[in-house]
Amino acid sequence: MMGGGGGGGYGQYDGWDDENLGAVYDRSILVRLIPYIGQFKLWATIAVIGMLAATFSSVAMPLFIGLTVDTAIATGNTTRLVWMAGLFFGLVVINAIGLWLQSRYMAKVAHAMLVNIRTQLFGHLQKQSLGFYDKQQVGRLMSRVVSDVEQIQQVMTGGVIGTISDVLTLVGIVVIMLVMDWSLAVVTLSVVPALIVISIFWQRRARVAFLRVRRAISVVNGSLQENVSGVRVVQSMNREDENMRRFDNINHDHLDANLRASRLTAGMFPAVEIMVGISMAIVIIYGGWQVLQGALTVGFLVAFTLWVQRFFDPIRNITMQYTELQRAMASGQRIFELLDTQPQVADKDDAQPIPPITGRVTFENVSFSYADDIPVLRNVSLDAEPGETIALVGETGAGKTTFVSLIARFYDVTRGRLTIDGLDVRDVQHESLAHQMGIVPQEPFLFSDTIEANIRFGKPDATRAEVEAAARGAGLHEIIMHMDNGYDTELQERGANLSVGHRQLVSFARAILADPRILILDEATANIDTRTEARIQDALRRLLPGRTSFVIAHRLSTIREASRIVVMDNGSIVEIGTHNQLLANDGIYARLNAISYGAEATNGHITAPSAALPAPAGGAEDSAEDK
Amino acid sequence: MNRPAQKSGVWYNVRIFLRLQTFLLPYWRRATLTYVLLFISSASALVIPWLFGRAVDRLVEQASLGIILTVAGWILVAAIIRGATSYGQSYFSQAVSQLVAYDLRNTMYDRFQRQSFSFFDTSRTAELMSRATADVESVRMLISFALVRIVQVAVMLLMVTVVLLQSNWQLALVTLAVLPFIAYRTTRTSRRLRPVWLAVQQEMAALSTVLQESLSGMRVVKAFGREKEETERFNKQAYTLYERNVTANDEQALNTALMTFSVYFAAGIQLLYGGYMVMQGELTPGDLTAFLFYLLTITVYIRMIGWLGNPLSPAVASGERIFEILDARPEVREKQDATDNAVVAGQIAFNNVSFGYGGRDDVLQDVTFVAEPGQVIAVVGATGSGKTTLVSLIPRFYDPTRGAVVIDRVDVRNMTLDHLRSSIGLVQQDVFLFSATIRDNIAYGVPEAPEEEIIAAASAARLDSFIRSLPDQYDTWVGERGINLSGGQRQRLAIARPLLLDPRILILDDSLSSVDAETERSIQQALDRVMEGRTTIVVAQRLASVLRADQILVLDEGRIVQRGTHAELIAYPGHYRQIYELQLRHQEEAFEAAPEGITAGGGSRP
Repeated sequence: MMGGGGGGGYGQYDGWDDENLGAVYDRSILVRLIPYIGQFKLWATIAVIGMLAATFSSVAMPLFIGLTVDTAIATGNTTRLVWMAGLFFGLVVINAIGLWLQSRYMAKVAHAMLVNIRTQLFGHLQKQSLGFYDKQQVGRLMSRVVSDVEQIQQVMTGGVIGTISDVLTLVGIVVIMLVMDWSLAVVTLSVVPALIVISIFWQRRARVAFLRVRRAISVVNGSLQENVSGVRVVQSMNREDENMRRFDNINHDHLDANLRASRLTAGMFPAVEIMVGISMAIVIIYGGWQVLQGALTVGFLVAFTLWVQRFFDPIRNITMQYTELQRAMASGQRIFELLDTQPQVADKDDAQPIPPITGRVTFENVSFSYADDIPVLRNVSLDAEPGETIALVGETGAGKTTFVSLIARFYDVTRGRLTIDGLDVRDVQHESLAHQMGIVPQEPFLFSDTIEANIRFGKPDATRAEVEAAARGAGLHEIIMHMDNGYDTELQERGANLSVGHRQLVSFARAILADPRILILDEATANIDTRTEARIQDALRRLLPGRTSFVIAHRLSTIREASRIVVMDNGSIVEIGTHNQLLANDGIYARLNAISYGAEATNGHITAPSAALPAPAGGAEDSAEDK
Repeated sequence: MNRPAQKSGVWYNVRIFLRLQTFLLPYWRRATLTYVLLFISSASALVIPWLFGRAVDRLVEQASLGIILTVAGWILVAAIIRGATSYGQSYFSQAVSQLVAYDLRNTMYDRFQRQSFSFFDTSRTAELMSRATADVESVRMLISFALVRIVQVAVMLLMVTVVLLQSNWQLALVTLAVLPFIAYRTTRTSRRLRPVWLAVQQEMAALSTVLQESLSGMRVVKAFGREKEETERFNKQAYTLYERNVTANDEQALNTALMTFSVYFAAGIQLLYGGYMVMQGELTPGDLTAFLFYLLTITVYIRMIGWLGNPLSPAVASGERIFEILDARPEVREKQDATDNAVVAGQIAFNNVSFGYGGRDDVLQDVTFVAEPGQVIAVVGATGSGKTTLVSLIPRFYDPTRGAVVIDRVDVRNMTLDHLRSSIGLVQQDVFLFSATIRDNIAYGVPEAPEEEIIAAASAARLDSFIRSLPDQYDTWVGERGINLSGGQRQRLAIARPLLLDPRILILDDSLSSVDAETERSIQQALDRVMEGRTTIVVAQRLASVLRADQILVLDEGRIVQRGTHAELIAYPGHYRQIYELQLRHQEEAFEAAPEGITAGGGSRP
C-alpha cells in the first residue's frame, strides 16, 4: 500500500547490505523465536482464541444471512426472523470481541518480544570487546537493534496471526461452500488457480521492483548526503551544475524504478476486483441456473456471493505479507548472528573482583596482534611503580595506543602477561578493575545529556558537590557557571556546543571524579586557544600526581615532568628513562633533539629558545611525535 | 481536512496545503485523469450490488436463464471497467506523486548546494537530509494517498447514500445510522492517538540516541566500566517505549473491533428490519441483498475515514519544512551586473573588513592587509580567533558585514561566483572525499580533465606512486564505500585537487594531521609545489608555513594584533611568541623546522 515508497523508516542510508532476501521459512530462526513467545503464553493463548472466534464467526455470518433469507424472510416467519437476527447479532458480538482480543493481545506479545530482544541485544553489545567495535559500523549495529527488531515485531503483530487467520478463513470458506453445494463451490472456485498464478507472478515481479526502488533511493540519499556534507568543497570547486546534472540522473533512475513498481502495485487490487467480478458472474449464472432448477435456494446464492467476496481478501493479504515475512526472516537471521557473536574479552567464570589497588602495572613479555596476526606489540616488558607518570613517545603506529588499551583490557594480550598489583588482568572481574581506572581519550566522547551527568559518568553515585569539586579541579567550574543553565546545561550530540578544549576539560573532570588509581591519558593534539591550554596544563598537573599514569604525550611539558619516558618504535620499547637520561643515552630520543637543535642553529630564524623556555641542562629542544 | 490547526492557525495550514497543491500544476493533465478515472471506478463499483440485487429479484420471480445471463454479463462488464479504471487511477495518482517527489528532490538538492556557508553552519546534515527524504516522502504520500483517497471516500459515501435513499429511504436511514457513531469514534480515536504516536516517536528517537551514543562511545563506557548503567538506561528507555506502544495499540485494537462491530451491526439491522419489510412487501429481496452488498462495499471506505486525516497534519508540517528550504535565499548572491574579468595578477586586499554572524561583527573586526601577487601570507591564532573565517571571505563563502575584500582591485561582490571561485584553489582542513574513484576525486573541480593532467596533479601532490601501488590504480573507489585513505594521503589528495584548476590564488587551511615524519615531509614538498607562483593565504599550524611567509598576521579575537615576518615577530614577547611556544615549537620543529635538517639527520628513518 505504500506505493513505491522510499523504503521507509530507519536504515535508509546504511541499508546496502540488508537487502538480501532469503527464504520465507527458516526453521532454525523460527525455533529460536519460539522461546520469546513462550514467555507470554497467556497473552498468546488469548490472542489465538480471539483469532479463532473472530475467524469462525466471520465465516459463519453469510451462512446466517442465507438461512434468514430462506427460512424466515421467504416464508414470512416473523418470529424466526427475530430469532435469526438475534443469533446474527450474537455472531457480531463474538466477532468484535474476538477481533479485539486478537489484535490487542497479539500486539502485546509482539511488543513484549520486541523489548526483550532489544534489551538482550543491547546487553550483548555491551559485553562485546572493543575488537568487535573496531570492525563494526555503529550504523549497522543500530539497524540491528532498531529496524531488524521492529521488522519482527511488525510481522508478529500483523503478519503471523493475520496470515493464520487468513489461511483459516480460506479453509473455512472452502469447506463451508463445499458442504453447502459442492458443484457450485467447485465452479466458483475455478478462478482461484488463476488468481494464485497471478499472485505468484505479481509477487516475483514486485520483489524485484521494490528491491530496485530501495537501491535507487539509497543511491539518491547517498548522493544527497554527500552533497550536503561536502558542500564546502562543492562550492569552492564550482561543481554545482555538474552535480545537479548527475543528481538529476540518479533521481530520474529512482523515479523510473518507482514508476515501474507503481505499475505493479496499482495492479494487484484491480486484478482481485476483476476476479471477484468473474466469480460473482459465475455464481449468478451457475447458481442462478440451479435456483431455477430448484436445486439451490436464493438465500444460499446470496451466502455464496458473500463468501466469494471474502475469499479473495485473504489471498491478497497473504501475497502482500510474503515479502514482509521474508524480511522478518532475514532480520531474525541477522539478529541471531549478532547474538551468537561471543565477546573476545570476557570475564572468566571464577573471576574475582580486584581489591582496591595500589596501581603497580607490570607488562611481562607482552606481545599483541589484532585479528590479522601482524604483531603490534613485540615482547614488551615494563614495570610501572604506583604513582609513576609514564610518558609514551613514538611515531604513529609505534604501538602506544595499543599499549594503553591493554592496560584497560580493551583487548587481551596475545602472549605474555599483564598484571596489576601482581594479579593477571584476565583473572579479575573487568568491572571492578575499570572502576579503579580512568581514561582520558584524545577526542573526548560526550553524551547528549547535562554537563553534570557527563562529568558524573565517571562515578554515577557522586553528589553535586563532588561533581563541582571535580569541575573545579579541571578548571571547568567557572566556564560552566558562565553557561546559561550552569551544570544543567544540556550538551548537544557529542558535546558539539562546547569547544574542543572545553570538551577535553569535561573529560578531565570525569577522570578526577572517578579518582582512579590508574590513569590513561591520550593528549589532545588539537590547536587549543591559549587560555584553555593553560587550564589544561593546570588540570594535568593536578590530575597526574598520586596515581599511576600513562600518558601518550605530545606536549613538551608533560614529557619533561614524567617520571619516565618510554620511547616506542615499531611495537617495541626501544628506550626508557628520564629526559636527561635519554639525552645522555644518545639514542633515538636524543637524535630527535639533535635534529631539532641542529635545525635551529642552521636556520638562524629561531634564536635562543632558552629565552622563552626554562631550558633543561641539555639546552636542546625536545620533540614529541606528531600525533 | 478541516482539523483544528496545530500551531499557527487554520489559515496558515491551509495556505501551506494549497501551496503544496501547486506542485501538481505541471502534471494537471494526469491529475485530472486520475480524478476522472476515480469517478468512473467508484460508479462502476456501485453498479455491481444493484445488478446483483436485480439478479436475485429475477431469480425469486423465476425468470428465464437468459435474463440471468444478461445480468451476469453486465456484472462482468462493470467489474472489468471497475478494474481497469481503478488500475489507471491508482497508477496515475502514484505516478503524479512520484513526479512531484522527483521535482522536489531536484529542487532541494539544488537549493542546498547553492546556499551560503552560514546556512550550513547553523543546520545539521541529518536535519537537512530528513527534509529532503522524510519530508518529501510525506508530501508525496499526501499527494498519492490522501488527495485521491479523500475524494474517493467522499464520492463513495455520497453515492451510496444517494442510491440507498432513493431505493428505500427508511432502510437507508436505519443502515446509515451507524455512520455518525463511526465518525465520532474515528475522530475521537485519531485525536487520542495523535499524542500517543507522537510520544512513541519521541521515545523511539530517545532510544536511538541512547543506543547510538552508547555504541559510538563504547571506549568510554568500557573505560569507566559503565556497561551495567548503560544497559539499565537502555532498558528503561526500551520499556518506556514498550508502554507507549502498548497504549497506542490498545486504543487501536479497540477501535478496529468497534468499527467492524458497527458495520456488522448495521448488517444485522438490515437483516432484521429489511427482512421485515420484505415480508410486508415494501422491499424486494433483491433490494435487501443490494443493501447488504452496499454496506460491505463502503466498509473499506468507512475504515479509511479514520486514518485519512492522519497524513494531513504531518504532511503540512513537512510542507512547511520544505518551504523553509525553498524560500531560504542564499546570503551570498551574485549581482546582476557582476563582471567576468579574469583574475590575472592575484592581488588580494582586505579593506577594513568586519564580519559576524547574524549581522554582528564580532568574528572579524577591522581587518586590513594586502597580499601582493605571489606572496605568502600566514594567518595564525588560537582556535576561534577567526582564521578560517578570514580566508572564507575571499571565495565569498560569506560576505563581510563591513569593509570589502578586493581582488585585483575588484570587490569580490562585483564578480561572478563562478569566475571568482574558479580563480581560487582551496585546500581545506577536513578533507572531504566523495564516494567516487580517486581519479574523480582529484578531478573534482574539472570533471573533464585529461588523464595526463590528473596524473601530473597527483605526482605534484606526491600521491602518484601510492595510487599506482593500488590494484585498481586511479579507478580505486574511496569514500564511504571504498578504501580508507590515511590522514596524510587524504591531505595530499586535497592538495592535488586545486592543482587542476590552476588557480591564481591558493588558500590553505593547514592542518596538523596525524602523519609520520616521512609523510609530513612529502606533504610539505607537495605544498611547496602548489604554492609556487601563486598568491597564497595559509592558515598556518606548521612551523614551515610561517617560516616561509612574507607576512604573518596574528589574529586574536577577530583582530590583527601583530604582523610581520617570523624573525620580526619572534624577537619580542607578544601573542606570536606565545602561540609559537604553545602550538608550533613543541609539535613540529623536530621534524619540520628545516626539511634539509631531516634529510641530513633522519636519513635512516623509515
